[in-house]
Amino acid sequence: MSAQQNLANKHLTDEQTKDIDENIEWAKINADVLRSMENPRRGYWVAMAISVALFSVMIYAEVHQYIYGMGDAGLNTSHMWDLYISTFVFWIGMSHSGTLLSAILHLVHADWRKPIYRFAEAMTTFSLLTAGIFPVIHLGRVWNFYWVMPYVSDRGLWPNFRSPLIWDAFAITAYLTSSVLFLYIGMIPDLAICRDNAKGWRKKLYTWLSLGWRGDDAQWRNFRFTYLMIACLLIPLAVSVHSIVSMDFSMSIMPGWHVTTFPPYFVAGALYSGCAAIITLFILLRYFFKFEHFMTMPILDKVCKLTFVIAMVWTYLNLVEFASVWYGHDIPSKEVLLAKASGPYSPFFWGMMIFGSVLPFALLSKWVRRNMYVLFFVSVFLNVGMWLERWMIVTPTLSLGYHPQAFNVMWPGWVEWAMVGGSFGWFGMLFLVFVKVFPSVSMYEVKEMVYHRKRTVYEDVDEMMNLHSGVPGPVPGSPPTPAPQSTGGA
Amino acid sequence: MPSLLGNIFKGWADYSKGVEEGGHHDYEHMFAMVIDLDRCTGCNACSTACYAENNLATVGEDKFGARQAMHWMRIERYFDEPDMDPDKDKVEPANETDTQSRGASFLPMMCQHCNAAPCEPVCPVGATYHTVDGLNAQVYNRCIGSRYCANNCPFRVRYFNFYENAESWPAPMDQQLNPDISVRTKGVMEKCSMCIQRTRAGRDAAKREGRDLKDGDIQTACQQTCPTSAILFGDLLDENSVVSKVWKRQQVKLGTYKQDKENSELRGYRIFEELNVDTKVLYLERVREV
Repeated sequence: MSAQQNLANKHLTDEQTKDIDENIEWAKINADVLRSMENPRRGYWVAMAISVALFSVMIYAEVHQYIYGMGDAGLNTSHMWDLYISTFVFWIGMSHSGTLLSAILHLVHADWRKPIYRFAEAMTTFSLLTAGIFPVIHLGRVWNFYWVMPYVSDRGLWPNFRSPLIWDAFAITAYLTSSVLFLYIGMIPDLAICRDNAKGWRKKLYTWLSLGWRGDDAQWRNFRFTYLMIACLLIPLAVSVHSIVSMDFSMSIMPGWHVTTFPPYFVAGALYSGCAAIITLFILLRYFFKFEHFMTMPILDKVCKLTFVIAMVWTYLNLVEFASVWYGHDIPSKEVLLAKASGPYSPFFWGMMIFGSVLPFALLSKWVRRNMYVLFFVSVFLNVGMWLERWMIVTPTLSLGYHPQAFNVMWPGWVEWAMVGGSFGWFGMLFLVFVKVFPSVSMYEVKEMVYHRKRTVYEDVDEMMNLHSGVPGPVPGSPPTPAPQSTGGA
Repeated sequence: MPSLLGNIFKGWADYSKGVEEGGHHDYEHMFAMVIDLDRCTGCNACSTACYAENNLATVGEDKFGARQAMHWMRIERYFDEPDMDPDKDKVEPANETDTQSRGASFLPMMCQHCNAAPCEPVCPVGATYHTVDGLNAQVYNRCIGSRYCANNCPFRVRYFNFYENAESWPAPMDQQLNPDISVRTKGVMEKCSMCIQRTRAGRDAAKREGRDLKDGDIQTACQQTCPTSAILFGDLLDENSVVSKVWKRQQVKLGTYKQDKENSELRGYRIFEELNVDTKVLYLERVREV
């Protein structure tokens, strides 16, 4: 890269203040995003190889577990869940950020979400697909997993509707279905652009997927309405899913699990880990796909601030939980709390507190928010903290419980670690396939954002600002530049 | 939809009756136990009998050490605090629990067959439920091994088949398996059933002879084997059974977590009474000179 280009790109990193370059050409948006879907480089294949390798280890572990039973996972009579369920909760949590970015911020008209919501939503879908593995593979008789579904059987057998695990099955299925729909419907105009520029098997695929999108007025109307409706449906679903997952614990009678504040605490933790994961993937995509024009530093800055706020909410709910246990003076619960902080698992507990509650204060520094290398590691460690949090919810309670005879400390066996690692491999595989087959930046919404930024949204605000500063603003009533006929299918 | 509405109203009637009468529905029997800890010598005969009667797998030393054993009935050992030991000066500090002059106290622990069992509502497939005999039953064929029940058991008396334990019975030892009860496969939860094969056989025999079940018709394996008769088993709904007499004498009632005892010297207690799980095993405290 020449010095001149360096100088030209300088504004993209340090001094850029606007969320997006308002003079970006629409053809360039299309070209940049379509380019990212072609010609995978060596780094892509390395990442894919690592993901496939991790996933293969998981398959091997699952086959082993299928043949020999659950014993080699290191489980024992008091530790029946351990990493299976804590990793399940972790992945369910990861799935919440996509909904936050795409649905909640859509409803509140935060338009800076537009360049980055697509991959966040893909993350939602894929982490749900990853999370859904765990309740299945943790079963002792995995071949009977479909018995939790209320299918009509000639024996008149139904699942037990009082069990939170059944609620889990319903909630996750509903959430997965609607998040896949949301991801797909939001992608239709972009798929039409892909269709118009594709050849070979891609042409067939996109033609089929874009459902004959032409970008005419009626289609846009229906599209907007459908998209808004699914967004409205998705928000209560997202909240209910993680509340229900938290009920796996809070509906039980075990000390440390039977906590009334678990549902909001879990939802906050879910948004938190999801936002941290968005920062990680943001940086990776920006770096590898050269999305500097769309995934800009001011947007990253906003995501960091959002993450910090959610981190503080999570910290508050965490401390509230500790305080209610401490002052509630229920002896077994208090013992579990003390054991978390001082027992054999205490390094992980304090790791969770440091990564989850102290590390986010780094996001207050503008230097950290603008430094991608530092931010990458910060976001990864935030998620390490959140994974530890889930482990520290599940395991210390099982290691103590009520009955002193059953107190014991266990460390996960190799099968469990293989499953945890393999889940990351499976998620990575899905995500890597996604970024090469589907546009990971929403082209039509970036165009919308540019158009609105340039023409409507800030005109009056600018005028006000200029009035205050005494600088004459743009002439009111100046004609807007002509917009193209349609943003999709062009 | 008369039948549907009828079921709903009947369900409501059962529910309100249960609330008024302390969480019970119409039981035909209420099998319960009394264990006298003063008589227990910790000999483990009950545990052994349970292994023989209920086809429990012997997992071997390694898996036992890893807490993957299948002992439905376990003898728990409790030691005095070292300070309470009158001969504490003679004891090496390094192994004070092992050399206590007074020895351990023992407590046979198995499924307490709670009437408000925490394991029952959480099973996703309803594999564990309450029978009309007042027993907490486990349907092995229905169990998919989600292990939620074991996590929610305050007593930790549910045992999971972590392995296919078939090597416990190499030929010809499989000939000694009890034909009245199945051999469980891997991935299935199991626990004390209060010898359900025996209670069923006893009920069926009484029915064939056209009479009511008498106290003493049914003996559980542990009760039968206990050399000091520390374990009693019977029907609480039968006023004349030994078990219901002991419960009455100890002033312990079902369906409450706060027993009003007129005499505080009485030894009877239920474990984790304060959790309100309504267990059906009455323990008689061990009395020792101070």
